Amino acid sequence: MALKGNLRDFTITQLLNLINLARKSGTLFIEGPAEKAQVSFRQGKLSYAHVAGEDDSLATILYRANKITAAQHRTIKARAGKMSDKELGLLLINANYITQQDILASLQAYFVSVVQRLFTWVEGFFHFENGVTPPDGKITIRMSLENLIIEGSRQMREWEHLQSEIPSLDMALKFTDRPGTNLRNVNLSVEEWRVVSYINPKNSIRQIARTTQMNDLEIRRIVYGLLQAGLVELVRPQGTSPKLKPSLPGKTREEQKSLVNRLIGRIRSL
Amino acid sequence: MQTVKIVVTGPFSAGKTEFIQSVSEIDVVSTERKITSEAERIKATTTVAMDFGRITVGEDLVLYLFGTPGQRRFDFMWEILSEGMLGFIVLIDSTRPETFREGRSILETFKAYAPTPYVVAANKQDLPDAWELDDMRIALRLQDHVKLLPCVATDKETVKKVLLELLYSVLAEMDANETG
Repeated sequence: MALKGNLRDFTITQLLNLINLARKSGTLFIEGPAEKAQVSFRQGKLSYAHVAGEDDSLATILYRANKITAAQHRTIKARAGKMSDKELGLLLINANYITQQDILASLQAYFVSVVQRLFTWVEGFFHFENGVTPPDGKITIRMSLENLIIEGSRQMREWEHLQSEIPSLDMALKFTDRPGTNLRNVNLSVEEWRVVSYINPKNSIRQIARTTQMNDLEIRRIVYGLLQAGLVELVRPQGTSPKLKPSLPGKTREEQKSLVNRLIGRIRSL
Repeated sequence: MQTVKIVVTGPFSAGKTEFIQSVSEIDVVSTERKITSEAERIKATTTVAMDFGRITVGEDLVLYLFGTPGQRRFDFMWEILSEGMLGFIVLIDSTRPETFREGRSILETFKAYAPTPYVVAANKQDLPDAWELDDMRIALRLQDHVKLLPCVATDKETVKKVLLELLYSVLAEMDANETG
């Protein structure tokens, strides 16, 4: 029986649990609402993960993990562009630029971040292909899934909570008019300040997330904190037309007001 | 014949069906079904599609009251029911703080559908363990300008008051649009 379905019915955490317990080897392909991802496993352990369209070259992963500088990253991209990750890894280790441990730790952090991102996908088709291995030339790891599953369960709970608090990312934020509130007196993290700097009724939360390069979970976490503290409120973004339009019979404003007054009179008389 | 629609929404078991029943001149056309889930068995039946009540204003004008299903799994009905609404009422059970978060979420969802006036009605205010309105305002994170009204869904007078306050808000918004 093929392992395929929709994340609505079978969550990522449940899938990881199944793969872990059945010690499966193969690749899980997931097609989310906006992105596609593939995650490979060997004997029930995580070996590789990738989100389609993302630069997952070893050079870029090492640069993001601050293991090489921007200049080194540029040089590697220019001179070793056609090298596979395995070849590049060997080259860097032999040239004493980096250790094998650094490479594996950076890859593991990246693969884990991909899987953690999948925890926020509540919908999307998945299928598991037995025996399909990661692309040639890619360096793989061997990481147990138990911790990821526990972390995933935590994130799913948090995700459900945040989604019910902030049902739509298409809404905008505005600062509340509460007297006596001064943002300078509030201790905000760097990430929170980045979001705060874009708060404006013209910007939807989704746009702020895109600009600050945060995923749905990260932006919801920050917005939730700001909402809880009473610093901001949710509003419809300026300049956007709502999905639905209110409708009141009557052509002119006077006719419409007359209708509302008739409704008022009728309800009073009930 | 001209028709006007007001939507009554709110969490599961907030009292939406009773609210409409109190003022509707027809028996509410209800789509209630027996509750099968143990977790949700705090009442015998629940609305699965909508409740539908009517108030005739004259030969040429009718007000329809639509009640939404409260359970999240029926939320695909919400947007359909909201089409063309004049305004909406969010009904919250004042004695069940565990539903306040859901109430806030429903309010934000409906605000996103359409820029129509709305009021929040704190139902079951006659019960001894009902939360006070000031506390509910904070818990529901309502700004001062949002109307939060005491209500007992089975008491026609308080239901009338909620409907009237919503219609006053509609008038006020019309006036504001004229001057703005």
